[in-house]
Amino acid sequence: MSPPRRNPTGNRTYPIGSARASREDRVLAAARWAVIAAAVAVTAGPLLYGVLLSLKPFAAAAADPLDLFPTPGEATFEAYPTAILEFGLGRNMLTSLQVALATAFLAVACSILGAYAAVRLRFFGRSTVNVVFLGVYLLPGIVLAVPLFVLLNRISLTGTLIGLVLVYIAQTVPVALYMLRGYLQAIPSSVEEAAMIDGCGRLALIRRVVLPMALPGVAATALYVFMIAWNEYLFALLFLVGDRERWTVSLGIAQLTEFSVPTTVLMAGSIAITIPVVAGFLLAQRLLVTGLTAGAEKG
Amino acid sequence: MSAPTRTGRPAPRQREVIRSDPGRPRSLLLRRPGAPLTASQREDLHGRVLVSPTVIVVLAFAVLPFCAVALFAFLDVRLVDIPRLYIDELTFTTANMTAVWTSERFWSAALTTAIYAVSAAVGAVAVGLAVALALRAPFRGRAVIRALVLTPYILPVVAATTIWKTLLHPTYGPVNAFGVQWLGWDEPIAFLTTSSADVGPFSVPVALMCVIAFEIWKTFPLAFLFITARLQVAPKDLEEAAAIDGAGKTRTFIHIVLPQLIGVMALLAVLRLLWSFQNFNDIYLLTGGAGGTEVLAVRVYSELIVRADIGSASATGLLMTGMLLVVVAVYAWMLRRERV
Repeated sequence: MSPPRRNPTGNRTYPIGSARASREDRVLAAARWAVIAAAVAVTAGPLLYGVLLSLKPFAAAAADPLDLFPTPGEATFEAYPTAILEFGLGRNMLTSLQVALATAFLAVACSILGAYAAVRLRFFGRSTVNVVFLGVYLLPGIVLAVPLFVLLNRISLTGTLIGLVLVYIAQTVPVALYMLRGYLQAIPSSVEEAAMIDGCGRLALIRRVVLPMALPGVAATALYVFMIAWNEYLFALLFLVGDRERWTVSLGIAQLTEFSVPTTVLMAGSIAITIPVVAGFLLAQRLLVTGLTAGAEKG
Repeated sequence: MSAPTRTGRPAPRQREVIRSDPGRPRSLLLRRPGAPLTASQREDLHGRVLVSPTVIVVLAFAVLPFCAVALFAFLDVRLVDIPRLYIDELTFTTANMTAVWTSERFWSAALTTAIYAVSAAVGAVAVGLAVALALRAPFRGRAVIRALVLTPYILPVVAATTIWKTLLHPTYGPVNAFGVQWLGWDEPIAFLTTSSADVGPFSVPVALMCVIAFEIWKTFPLAFLFITARLQVAPKDLEEAAAIDGAGKTRTFIHIVLPQLIGVMALLAVLRLLWSFQNFNDIYLLTGGAGGTEVLAVRVYSELIVRADIGSASATGLLMTGMLLVVVAVYAWMLRRERV
């Protein structure tokens, strides 16, 4: 073991390959793999548990909670049709699909215009608008829920999906705008200027030049908004709980837990509503990640 | 100001000049009637028109409602009064605010919320940092593990809470079965309804710790993402130089990597603090506010739905927003002090 020497700043340092350095490296390497293993177990574990439980017959699941893996003979998909047909989850999924698609389309349509203006145009009130959006993003949803509940009650939009879509748009526009702004900034403005010289108007410019170039980013943003709308629970609970016909998937599953529904069916329902979201995320993962973390590099 | 070209559109060179003009765009109102718009006036007009749909939706469904909260907080109004509520017949009162301010339950909920939000924010950033560092050096299968680690963040919250509730269930949950069978627990623990349990000399708030663990589990992927993004742009040569000078990995991390990450970690901690502070879904779905987990958001909900008291719900919400503003103000003040 070589003795520690002092560098000009007076700190003790150790030559590369010294016993101290390699012991430190060994400990860190072990810790690193432990962290990775723990992270995988903790993140994938509950999901895997849900899938396995949804494939077991209820009697076997209730008999021994620790016997996690269904034997090949007893594995069954029965719980899925039960959840989707018998407990109305299919209808809920159709409702959620409509709400989430409408929200994604309208929120992205609004925010692409706004994001273009914020990135390319100088106009009066630009910075004020940015601050307002940031503020909205930080306002507690539960606090806004009180007057929105009252307002929608008053104009009898509670129990309708239109009210829910409007609220979702307002909730998702700030994050959509933030993501789209990042994607648009990455596009060179010279192409747009060339198009304008050729006599292209502003809206045509956005539709024919900006939109095609930013399409992957726009798709990723739409997917993210779709996921938020699909997963949302609070406003669906407040506006729709009285109207079983219009429950969304989140509300459907949450209400099922109130009744004595077999756990296996609950798990099947949870997994069924998770699959579209996880599949979409995995498809667009790279784009979504760059869009979400656009501001992080500077921080 | 540049004159428009014959086609009514500015030449590119002139546009550049206009863009770099530091002055504020001239207001449209100052224009002579009938005169053609200058390029900057047109830009101003287009900008405003293009943001207007977004602004209208946000004003109508976020800003206006917030103003309404401030109004309702000072009205004696219940859910049944709504059809007969008219703007010109309002009588203001501070009764709601006083009632909430002097209520013991409000302050105990505020304390629970603060503990919950701070632990969840710190925990999420710490776990996110650990995972980001562990996954920093490339290895086979890293991309798969990265995607896997992100799943809790995108999972529908209802699905996640349903799975957790089953995992922790006293009778058919595997966690309790494992504890009783292998860890020698005397009896299953009702994790989500037990407000405190004695472990040795300590009294542990079981349910609160469970909802905090859930929040960390659900939100650390976001911290992981942002810290990873920041790590990717950290210059490698500084660390290499330190390694050549004989600094160990821990030392290199503390003196070279960590200072670069502090900014993004502080921002993340504040954002997570703000979001966890207002979290309703996770706690309501996991415990319904039982077992000492009644946070402010759950109180607002129960004032609104269970007691149907809009005034009281609004007053609670207003005070809650005030507390959030204090956090934002402190963060802004710290940022400014750092810069000076």
